[in-house]
Amino acid sequence: MALKIADYRTQVFNDWCPGCGNFGILTSLQMALVDLQLPPSRVAIFSGIGCHAKLPHFMNTYGIHTLHGRALPFAIGAKLADPGLEVIVHAGDGDGLGIGAGHFVNTGRRNMDMTYIIHDNGVYGLTKGQPSPTLKLGVKTKAIPKPNINEGINPIVLGLATGYTFIARSYCYDVAHLKETIKKAINHKGMALVIIQQCCPTYNDINTKDWYGGEDRRDPATGKPVPRLYKLEETGYDGVVRKQEEVPVKTAAAFTKAFEWGDRIPMGVFYQNELVSTFQERISDRIADYLKMPPSKQVIADREGKSATSIKRLLEELKVT
Amino acid sequence: MNTKKIDFIWMAGGPQGSGVDSSANIFARACCYGGLHVYGKREYSSNIKGLHSYFQIRVSPEKVGAMVDRIDLLCTFDAESLIRHIWEVTPGGGIICDTGVLETKIFSIPTLPPSFQEEFRKNLDEKGLHPETVNDLLSERLKNDVRIYAVPYLDMLKEIGKEVGEEQLSKLTRMINVLTLGVSFGLVNYDKKNVEKAINNIFGKKPSILSMNLLAFNKAYDYAREKFGDTGFKLNTTKTDEERIFLQGTQAVALGKLAGGCRIQAYYPITPAADESEYLEEKQVLENGGAIIVMQTEDEIAAITLATGAALTGVRSATSTSGPGFSLMVEGLGWAGINEVPVVINYYQRGAPATGLPTRHGQDDLRFAIHASHGEFPRIILCSGDIEECFYDAARAFNYAERYQTPVIHLIDKALANSNMSCKMLDPSFVMIERGELLNEADISGKNYRRFEFTDTGISPRLPIGTPGAVFWNTGDEHSETGHITEESTMRTRMLEKRMKKLDTADREIPLEEKIKFFGDEDAPAIIVSWGSPKGAILEAMDMLKKEGYRTGFLQVRMPHPLPKEYITKVLGKTSKKIDIEGNYSGQLAGIIREKTGILMDYFVLKWNGRPMSTDEVYDALLRIMQDKAQIRQVLNGGS
Repeated sequence: MALKIADYRTQVFNDWCPGCGNFGILTSLQMALVDLQLPPSRVAIFSGIGCHAKLPHFMNTYGIHTLHGRALPFAIGAKLADPGLEVIVHAGDGDGLGIGAGHFVNTGRRNMDMTYIIHDNGVYGLTKGQPSPTLKLGVKTKAIPKPNINEGINPIVLGLATGYTFIARSYCYDVAHLKETIKKAINHKGMALVIIQQCCPTYNDINTKDWYGGEDRRDPATGKPVPRLYKLEETGYDGVVRKQEEVPVKTAAAFTKAFEWGDRIPMGVFYQNELVSTFQERISDRIADYLKMPPSKQVIADREGKSATSIKRLLEELKVT
Repeated sequence: MNTKKIDFIWMAGGPQGSGVDSSANIFARACCYGGLHVYGKREYSSNIKGLHSYFQIRVSPEKVGAMVDRIDLLCTFDAESLIRHIWEVTPGGGIICDTGVLETKIFSIPTLPPSFQEEFRKNLDEKGLHPETVNDLLSERLKNDVRIYAVPYLDMLKEIGKEVGEEQLSKLTRMINVLTLGVSFGLVNYDKKNVEKAINNIFGKKPSILSMNLLAFNKAYDYAREKFGDTGFKLNTTKTDEERIFLQGTQAVALGKLAGGCRIQAYYPITPAADESEYLEEKQVLENGGAIIVMQTEDEIAAITLATGAALTGVRSATSTSGPGFSLMVEGLGWAGINEVPVVINYYQRGAPATGLPTRHGQDDLRFAIHASHGEFPRIILCSGDIEECFYDAARAFNYAERYQTPVIHLIDKALANSNMSCKMLDPSFVMIERGELLNEADISGKNYRRFEFTDTGISPRLPIGTPGAVFWNTGDEHSETGHITEESTMRTRMLEKRMKKLDTADREIPLEEKIKFFGDEDAPAIIVSWGSPKGAILEAMDMLKKEGYRTGFLQVRMPHPLPKEYITKVLGKTSKKIDIEGNYSGQLAGIIREKTGILMDYFVLKWNGRPMSTDEVYDALLRIMQDKAQIRQVLNGGS
């Protein structure tokens, strides 16, 4: 029987603020899983700390709500031990790019076959609106006493610099685009990074739904708003690497696109390269039967409860009489 | 000197990077091949090349588990090693040195720190001595019946170089270690075959280096025989039918983890724990199928959280670190605690906070291991006292972790990590795997699985994530039985009670013999309490005291948390002298015993100078106590 969206929902009361961008992200994720028909028991969703981090509780899959900034290493552990798991990691911008920045960088180097989704709203919502690492210099959101004194991190550039092999941006209120982006990320062979521009109606009064939608700048001819977000795919941009020699050019193109902000903000796939070996493949080079016999499938005890691991050869190496 | 004369204590000293370790390794192996037992103590600086390091090997016909405060034969690669250890050489002992260092001015050596020089000069002044050169110093020791074996290292190396067609001096000087080994073994007239076998073991993979080293060894051996003849030292081989291995503490832990079924190890490089992970990675593909994955992470927070994530899939997972790394791990520890995840931390203590003494010994962290993390949760602390225990405990830690679904900290220390010894072949058939209440797909079929279900024991049957037919949730927030966030007062009260109940269950179920070892007489007038690596020195000191007519007992606490308080109360209640021995300033175990039992120790023997306890100093301290000449608190400061 085909899996329906209800199969991915829980009865847990959802306490996000009315209008929170997280609702769109949750729905898009559920729709993506329906489209991919992934059994809930095969999916493990990890989150950090913050508003985004409650998401696993609303998902009827294995849900691991971890520590501030640490969702990635928890998730990597599970994926290494059981490579059959579909591992999806959610983080906030403060969570993933502030306190968890070291994990962000080093995860890029590994190219684990996982999906990393960052909910980027520019503020620390759950602690009542402090500026997050992605808020631009000089921006003053309503809960902060003075304009932001730090420059904002560009997560797309950082992702490119650290080795993520799939980098995309989407938007919390464009559920159709976000769903497709999440599906692409899950289907990507390697480490996928999805940055979601998320609105925080409570604390970010600058990057609002109206702002992204261009309500403040209407076309004088039609009277319609001119949205700030546009879709890369619709401009003929193609970030997919198909041959090794394309890497420098496509990387440079993605870098250039990544710096667009303000009046025109690109969304879609900036860069994708499946030619890079995944971490799972790298382990398989060292441990031939890793994927057939990963840690989670190894039997460690015999029927009587005795250790099933032979260390005879190793002890033999240490023998001196 | 009180310790057995029959034992032979050899020490190699030289700058780091000059082959001190491999020379000691060859020396120890050669002795083992001849049926002898060895115990080796390694001291080194936080430095790659140039600073002083030494390796002391105790050779005995019987098994030994501690070092003593003397050197019978000091084998020096440079002037500094000679100066640092010259007063440790026992009368009747010998010093091997390079003729090239004899004219070196004692106080001109840049790697000797000012504080050392000051102390050294003070000691000389007290002795009324005013030597200028190394040779002056050696002449003083000649008066104490210490023999000096000065050998022209450079001339010999050049001669060897000529024979093998190697002129590069930097390559030749790398063989100073083997050269001095040759002299050492020549002086004690030891069977050459065993040494050649040991050299082969160390350099066997590089044939050209092997043959050059064999040549150097033989030349030096023959030189010593010819030049110095019979020296009064004699190291005889002995026959043994026992199957023995030679290993260091980190290897014992690694082997225990493999046998115990550990399949994910995450670590961040740190001294002295990293040796364990490197060994595991090298040996990761297992001989009868399967493999362990060793992940070097970006920091220790990632190491413990990665291991915890892996443990959620039902895989036995661990991390290995020392104090500074554990400090970082603490938030992860708390998460594993509140989510009831079986994760094992092999914690190699070293001395002092922050970076402290990065390459030196300490037992400072018992309290920290017991209390680390905000909030309360159950945990189990297991302390190994010797290298063999390291093996069995490393395996057993996973049983406790899985049975009680909580972090287990296996406390080890630098002395155990970096010491090596010969011992009877380990017996992996003793390693039992107890996985506790671990469910599978069939167990939960048709049921509404709740990860944190309330039970009488506090233990909620565990399901690996990824198991078909179910899902569950974890959160670092306080949670309900389903694993969803709660801040409800009643649920909080019940849920913490449930988790803490597991500690009572563990305390009740784990047999006493796994928590405590008792040596000697329970009704002795003096009972020693200790934990960790002082064990070897204590046991030997007790034997020596027994010969002097003093009866003692020794309570080795292997599980300080949960502490087996009834038994401790029973044993300590009967004795008139309660003696705490541990490698820290405050007597941490004694404090815990007082907290849990109300019993205050009568005497404290403490040490925190970064060096392990030796048999001699423990004996001396205990003797003073037995003779009622001791102060309540004795602070040891032995070891160079």
